[in-house]
Amino acid sequence: MKRLFGMRESLKSQSRPRIESIERRLFLRQGLSLGAVALLSGCDVTNPESVQKVLWAMSRWNDRVQGWIFNPNRLAPEFPESAITMPFPFNAFYSMDEAPSVDAASYRLELSGLVRDKKPWTLPELYALQPQVSQVTRHICVEGWSAIGKWSGVRFSDFLGRIGADRSAKYVGFKCADKYWTSIDMPTALHPQTLLTFRFADQILPAPFGFPMKLRIPTKLGFKNPKHIVAMFVTNEYPGGYWEDQGYNWFSGS
Amino acid sequence: MTPDWADTVRVHPLVVRITHWINVFAILIMVASGWRIYNASPLFGFKFPSDWTLGGWLAGALQWHFAAMWLLALSGLTYVTYGIVSGHFRRKLLPVAPAAVWHDVAAAFRGKLAHDDLRVYNAAQRAAYLGAILIGIVLVLSGLVLWKPVQFYTLGLLMGDYEGARYVHFIAMAALVLFVIVHVVMVLLVPRTFPTMFTGRARVSATAKGD
Repeated sequence: MKRLFGMRESLKSQSRPRIESIERRLFLRQGLSLGAVALLSGCDVTNPESVQKVLWAMSRWNDRVQGWIFNPNRLAPEFPESAITMPFPFNAFYSMDEAPSVDAASYRLELSGLVRDKKPWTLPELYALQPQVSQVTRHICVEGWSAIGKWSGVRFSDFLGRIGADRSAKYVGFKCADKYWTSIDMPTALHPQTLLTFRFADQILPAPFGFPMKLRIPTKLGFKNPKHIVAMFVTNEYPGGYWEDQGYNWFSGS
Repeated sequence: MTPDWADTVRVHPLVVRITHWINVFAILIMVASGWRIYNASPLFGFKFPSDWTLGGWLAGALQWHFAAMWLLALSGLTYVTYGIVSGHFRRKLLPVAPAAVWHDVAAAFRGKLAHDDLRVYNAAQRAAYLGAILIGIVLVLSGLVLWKPVQFYTLGLLMGDYEGARYVHFIAMAALVLFVIVHVVMVLLVPRTFPTMFTGRARVSATAKGD
């Protein structure tokens, strides 16, 4: 600033035409800065469609950034059982008594896409998977609230290994008995805390909480944790999701 | 008629003016969309009126919030980096002695606070602007914890993990909104400061009067 003031002082002693040309330049520079503000503000804000386009493009950009930020070795905090939230909140796009009732005997998990072994799985076969692990982690909802719960099952990366999934593929997609669907990135699918769970609070998953099977991902927001999974597929084509297609950020990682 | 070059002095550097107005735009979006996000799961016993919010619904508000955050981060970082590297902060915002701040704030409430030379901030202004910068930093850091509570877990421990960060983020927002209200009231009381944030310049005669 001092230097700039110094410049001004020296200008004072110079001839008028020179000063006027500088004044013009200053005016031009200010005009350009206003143009830059208009540009950065995301085009024509009066046109909702163009605004929507910019917002969606930014959301795709945020997917990429989150992929870079995601550290496959960083673990979500685990809590003592005393920290578990009781009662655990129910959340879905329908009310609790509308949760789907899946018939255990006829249940089959269908596999498709880039997996070697596409044989459907029965519930007893899934329950027999080893090793079984548990976690007490924080479930964070996109709405802002959070709750701590306990889930038990098998590491999803173990299961992906069992079915011969292509680990170099980009996405794993899920279809659910309640017509919900979602998809996740492969690095998150392979994260050590991403569990294919069959039990919640040491009990067989109750219907509202995802019977017979929920994918528990403590590094993602709640809506990225599909319940009542009936089919899964590995793919390189972006599969989207129920909420994601409506505007929620796809990666939504914690 | 434009004032003569020789008649004016520089009050605000170009970088400060550009980043100021980008910050205004970004903060408006962040606050309005943030209120909508807050409404999805209020921390306190009230919601913000929908008409004051941006995004239409939660997903829309989140899209605005996570788009404008880049604008705010770029502009805010440019401003803070410029302020530190160029010496702008040191020259304009320091020193800021608590006694002087107290004196000037008291004077402001009696309507006796002078801001005659627009190049020089009084102690109340220095404290307010430094405070706004600090609040901005707290907002960004708590926002990072809310966005990525696992990846920024260690940072989150400073503010009581995820749930604590929600309160920190909210309180910092409230403090920033309070700053903005006071700031705008002050500009209304001393309106000749307003054009300087566009032109960067003020008349020498305007800076020399008083004192």
